[in-house]
Amino acid sequence: MERPLTQYIQANKPPMNLSEYEKVGGYKALHKALKEMKPQEVQKLVLDSNLKGRGGAGFSTGTKWSLIPMGENAPAEKYFICNADEMEPGTFKDRLLLEGNPHQLIEGIIISAYAIQANKGFIFLRWAYKKAADVILKSISEAYSAGYIGNNILGTGFNFNLYLHRSVGRYICGEETALLNALEGKRAIPRAKPPYPNISGLFGKPTTMNSVETLSFIPHIVNNGATWFKDLSITGEGGTKIYGVSGKVKNPGAWELPLGTTIREIIFEHAGGMKNGFTLKGFLPGGASTDFLTEEHLDVNMDYASLGKVGSRLGTGTMIILDDKTCPVGMVHNLEHFFAQESCGWCTPCREGLPWVEKILFSLEEGTGRMEDIDLLLFHAKHLAPGRTFCALAPGAVEPLQSSLKYFRDDYIKHIHDKRCPWR
Amino acid sequence: MLTKEEQKDIEEELKVVPYKKAATTEALKIIQKHRGWVSDEAVKDIAEFLAITPDEVDGVATFHSLIFRREVGKHVILLCDSVCCYILGYRQILVQLHKKLNIQFGETTTDGKFTLLPISCLGTCDHAPAMMIDNDLHQDLTPEKIDSILEKYP
Repeated sequence: MERPLTQYIQANKPPMNLSEYEKVGGYKALHKALKEMKPQEVQKLVLDSNLKGRGGAGFSTGTKWSLIPMGENAPAEKYFICNADEMEPGTFKDRLLLEGNPHQLIEGIIISAYAIQANKGFIFLRWAYKKAADVILKSISEAYSAGYIGNNILGTGFNFNLYLHRSVGRYICGEETALLNALEGKRAIPRAKPPYPNISGLFGKPTTMNSVETLSFIPHIVNNGATWFKDLSITGEGGTKIYGVSGKVKNPGAWELPLGTTIREIIFEHAGGMKNGFTLKGFLPGGASTDFLTEEHLDVNMDYASLGKVGSRLGTGTMIILDDKTCPVGMVHNLEHFFAQESCGWCTPCREGLPWVEKILFSLEEGTGRMEDIDLLLFHAKHLAPGRTFCALAPGAVEPLQSSLKYFRDDYIKHIHDKRCPWR
Repeated sequence: MLTKEEQKDIEEELKVVPYKKAATTEALKIIQKHRGWVSDEAVKDIAEFLAITPDEVDGVATFHSLIFRREVGKHVILLCDSVCCYILGYRQILVQLHKKLNIQFGETTTDGKFTLLPISCLGTCDHAPAMMIDNDLHQDLTPEKIDSILEKYP
């Protein structure tokens, strides 16, 4: 089984430096893309590969790039941004790539910037990733010295400068347009769209943004082609995926597997199944902002379409396991506390709605909940759905809420009847 | 007054951005790096240096969870209270920290050595519960480990 993204990552060892990376074929794709391919040909290749964004939304990367103005009449200044703000609770997969193979990411960024003809780029890094920051800075400086970043890269006349920006916290910074505001030194609230960032992004210039895992694929796609990439997946959506599992399993961690691997294989083979004394009650398949699934979904393939069909999302592909000794209402309360706290406060439904949800869940946990509270929670799930709020934060926040009311309603009712949390 | 060194560091950041205001976040980080936190006076000084209003600077400062607008201790303990650490029992860690340091979330020890703050996910959920002290990540925490970890911070 091929593991293009992680084959050279060794646990507890420093990542490859520039010459080590070059020895295993590193920066070969950069040579090929810049010397043998036109920018639009790189775009076409990535479009043909069917690569979809691995950061959560699952949008086609090639399509995203094709929306950038190109040619002589396009603005001279464009930006390329790598979103490395991975801040969703339960998500730790980009850390593996950032710390484990920074040159693979940097090569992917340079090729992608070439594809849209951007001359300046930023890596927007989650504040907590101190080790990643160190290895990225070192790798960027190595790439500058080797002439892979800077002016007239490989003598092709393409110029590209790359900077690292370290965030100072707030989940909302990972939202595309909020991230742009953060980079511009403003409060990181999302922007009204249109105009979309492909027309008016960072500092008002055309901007494209992709996530760490997405960009790390680019050198491999350039080297091996679109068909090779498509054939990596089990269900035809293309590529591998870094899946993660956390919670009370024997072997929590992250693994690169073919896209479309079943949930059962990920939890019971790779994560080793549940710890002794715990049984599986449910799980969030793709991070904190995805709908709960339960045991009946274990044979579902972990990909975009299959999870959509059963009412959840691939999201970031990192699962959080709910065990039988953890209270589902308490878990959802913890999630909604996070989302309420991280709401940027810009739009009213999110700013007012999420703290209300949090308070109701708190009262249920404290044994002072009422039957009407169930309807009140459902009311919020409905009114914080997509289209009701400025960005995707609140709609994401109510996904675990609404699905917990579907699968664990009896547990909610028991809290109300018993006037206490049965797990305490 | 911003020190010469702080001014120099901020000027370095100005080279990357098209106009001064865009360096607000970096300026706040620089001040915090040198002073540990950002005072009202520092907000005004940054504003003057970047030719914007103090409110604009404070708007950015108060937005971000890791810009400290109140004085913090010599070491800042950031204990993750997000979902995986909740499932794996961060509360026991909190109880142990409280026992050991006699402070709650948001407080600083009387000797000014430690400030304890809750933090959103640290991205190390496969090693929950976790906390950061200054730049160091501490994973797979148990109440028993807390004493020896704290001893590393004089």
